[in-house]
Amino acid sequence: MTSIGTVMKNRGLAFKLTILILSSISIIFFLIFSYNYSVSRRIIVSNIEKNARNLSLATVNRIDMVLNAIEKVPENLAAFAEHTSHASSDYIDLIRMVVENNPEIFGAAIAFEPYVLGADTPRFAPYFYKKEGGIKYAHLAYDYFFRDWYQIPKELNRPAWTEPYFDEEGGQIIMATYSVPFYKVVAGEKKFMGVVTADISLEWLQKIVDSIKIAETGYGFLLSKNGTFVTHPDIKLVMNETIFSVAEARNDPELRKLGRKLIRGEKGFAPFQSLVTGKACWMVYAPLASSSWSLGVLFPQTELMADITRLNGTVLFLAVAGFFIIFAVIIWIAGTITRPLRALSRATEHVAVGNLDAQVPRIKTSDEVGKLAHSFDAMQTSLKQYIQKLTETTAARERIESELKIAHDIQMGIIPKTFPPFPDLEEFELYASIVPAKEVGGDLYDFFFMDEDHLCFVVGDVSGKGIAAALFMAVTRTLIKAKATQLLNAGAVLTRVNEDLSLENPSMMFVTLFMGILNIRTGEMEYANAGHNPPYIMGVDGSLKPVKPTGDCILGVEEGFEYRTKNLLLKEGETIFVFTDGVTEAMDEANALFSEKRLEKRLVELHDRSIESILSGVMSSIENFAQNAPQADDITMLLLRFHGNR
Amino acid sequence: MRNRYSHFTLLFIVCLCSLLFHPNAVSASPERLKKATFIPQWVPQAQFAGYYVALKYGMYKNHGLDLRIIAGGPARPSSDLLKNHKADFATLWLSTAIPLRDQGVPLINIAQTMQKSALMLVAKKNSGIVKPADIEGKKIGLWGPIFQVQPKAFFKKFNLDVKIVRQSFSVNLFLRDGVDVASAMWYNEYHTILNSGLNPDELSTFFFHQHGLNFPEDGIYTLEETYRKDPDLCRSFVRASLEGWRYAFSHPEETLDIVMKNLEKAYIPATRVHQKWMLERMRDLMLPDDAEIPMGKLVPGDYRRVANGLKENGLIKNIPDFNDFYRNCYEK
Repeated sequence: MTSIGTVMKNRGLAFKLTILILSSISIIFFLIFSYNYSVSRRIIVSNIEKNARNLSLATVNRIDMVLNAIEKVPENLAAFAEHTSHASSDYIDLIRMVVENNPEIFGAAIAFEPYVLGADTPRFAPYFYKKEGGIKYAHLAYDYFFRDWYQIPKELNRPAWTEPYFDEEGGQIIMATYSVPFYKVVAGEKKFMGVVTADISLEWLQKIVDSIKIAETGYGFLLSKNGTFVTHPDIKLVMNETIFSVAEARNDPELRKLGRKLIRGEKGFAPFQSLVTGKACWMVYAPLASSSWSLGVLFPQTELMADITRLNGTVLFLAVAGFFIIFAVIIWIAGTITRPLRALSRATEHVAVGNLDAQVPRIKTSDEVGKLAHSFDAMQTSLKQYIQKLTETTAARERIESELKIAHDIQMGIIPKTFPPFPDLEEFELYASIVPAKEVGGDLYDFFFMDEDHLCFVVGDVSGKGIAAALFMAVTRTLIKAKATQLLNAGAVLTRVNEDLSLENPSMMFVTLFMGILNIRTGEMEYANAGHNPPYIMGVDGSLKPVKPTGDCILGVEEGFEYRTKNLLLKEGETIFVFTDGVTEAMDEANALFSEKRLEKRLVELHDRSIESILSGVMSSIENFAQNAPQADDITMLLLRFHGNR
Repeated sequence: MRNRYSHFTLLFIVCLCSLLFHPNAVSASPERLKKATFIPQWVPQAQFAGYYVALKYGMYKNHGLDLRIIAGGPARPSSDLLKNHKADFATLWLSTAIPLRDQGVPLINIAQTMQKSALMLVAKKNSGIVKPADIEGKKIGLWGPIFQVQPKAFFKKFNLDVKIVRQSFSVNLFLRDGVDVASAMWYNEYHTILNSGLNPDELSTFFFHQHGLNFPEDGIYTLEETYRKDPDLCRSFVRASLEGWRYAFSHPEETLDIVMKNLEKAYIPATRVHQKWMLERMRDLMLPDDAEIPMGKLVPGDYRRVANGLKENGLIKNIPDFNDFYRNCYEK
């Protein structure tokens, strides 16, 4: 199946079409042909059987009519002999008259039991028979008592036909004798007196049966009660073989069985092998009512089937011719359909590799193929237009993107990136980094001295992304730088920045921000938090605590909001870790967050390292966690380690 | 040319071989052959195949005989021809020959070819006859007196009272149920019955030889005078005939060809299957598997049984002396 399937799959449309249609047609032809053959055959056989039965019945009736008429003659004579007493000469005259007046009767006799006509008459049997146009008389002088024609009716007490036999006196003709016993009541007892017989020549019967000719070699034959062939086209069988001896010679038990049916007087229709030609025949058989002989009529199958065979031959020829015509038509149709398709397919191959100017074949038909070609043409045109447009928009976008890139570079450029930033100062170390996401982001960090002792540092995250966020971030940074003077504490700086940001903020952008101001001499630090993630304070001993939140809101949203300032003290060696939510909200491929928990764990592990190592350690942890997931947000970290006056 | 030459050589070798091995080839010269005539008791059917085979294949010639076979049949009783010196040898039934001898015909048995009696009784099983006792009160078809000796002894043996109907030479009366039991020769009428559509399993058979009533039938007879004049002639005839029989039994198809040809020549309708059956039965009767009796031997016990039977039925007055009746000719 798979191989056929594969073959079919890999073949062209024309091939598939041809195979499928032709095999369907073949099946249909085959079914029609078989049905036609079997039905016509059945009809013929049934007609033959009917005709055969009629023919055999007619023949049987014809023969029986003659035999029945002949039977009447000796029966009447017997009745005559039974009921009256007659002189011997009366019988002689009577028998002569019978033979004279009945053309069918070949001979007749009345044969008496010994001595019933007197002690001086051991036998009395006058016999008249036809010979050379005249009538001859014979006195049967032999012991006829033991002949079949005498003995059988005597022993059976009823009239009987003898088996056919060769007449040795009247020439080589086959005869049969019908004998009727007659009786006389003597002293109240029925006594057998003798028989009256009528001989018939079976020549006429042979003629009747021999005249049966069916088709070329069909024939009729007659079997006697013993199965002897009385007539048969093969003269060697006649009066010589029985159907059983033929069966024995042919070693054919079926023929023997059939023969037994025939001699039992059955009627029937059976297959039979011709004894003349050896061909398969049907045989219809029926018994003669009078003599119980059996008539068989053979119908040669092939000859009677010749017409139907010829018809079927013609039908088969027409089917084959039709098959080839359809084959040619399919090949033609498949060709007309697939030729433009093939041309189209070649054109699409060119288009597929980018040659949009490839010539699409012109198909004028308005069928599916024509429509397909038209659509393909339209598709090619719109594809060309689309590509043109795409080229233009791509160019525009590329320009914008390059501008964005520049903006981003500027943005990144305004963020201090030289570490250590204050190499002369030993009171603290500072390290920070922004890993930007793909788009221009809104994270910022900054640090600067407000005066000799106070270092201001901020980490912020502008809402949204893109140019707007970048600009907002730049504005925020500028504002912080502007507002952060030594006069102000952290909360006051943020309050003022918020004033300015929320004043003209129609797009409702905002920024979270942590601002710390560290006294680098004392470690005292004031801070304000505008909705930003609380930073962590990392102890020398590996302790980690978040910076207490101030509970204030984000910048740029609420005009006039007062930000609070809180204070804390950094001990020597303590580090403050400030970050944006790009750290904790970094996602892996399953969209799980890096989370504070992982961050805290990592910070504890890294507490005794240098601040660069801590930053890169956290970063590599995030990268390991995120694996191939794209970075969604800027990741910003700032570390400040306080050393005090060493 | 070479081919033709080699063909001639081959032909010559074939001729030489056939001269050496063909039975006809080795023959005494015609001057030395003794003329003799033989008549079988019936038409040249397979019952007499051995004699025709011996004639055809030169077995008689090989034994120094120039034999002529006179066709037998109803018109020529073999006993008459033998008695009237029209034939030197004849086949007869033992139960025909003994009465002839008793009547003064000086014939002698020079070979008992058949060792078993082929005469039998046949009945249809559907007439209720399956064992001898079932025959009681039934109608029996019997042939002439000679053929009645065994059946009558059989009825006596089983104490059966039956109605005897004289049977003709056909079995039609039996086939039409005119008699319940028919006489039949195993090799002839019994097969006719089978070939009239009755199956063997539908028939009950009573073989007399199976009931202690074995009357061996066919034997070869000659006149005392012939034997006295030339016993060698008799011995040659017997041995050649037995040789013919042995050949016939071992070559049934060849034999049947000869039989069929002879029957055709005599215008006697015949079927090969019937002759085949007859030949096979002759073998069973002449070379019975269960007996050690050599073909040709007349067993004194059989002779006495037949003679006693004949005497009891009044068919002979005196039992001829066995040694007067029989001459052993089959042994060298």
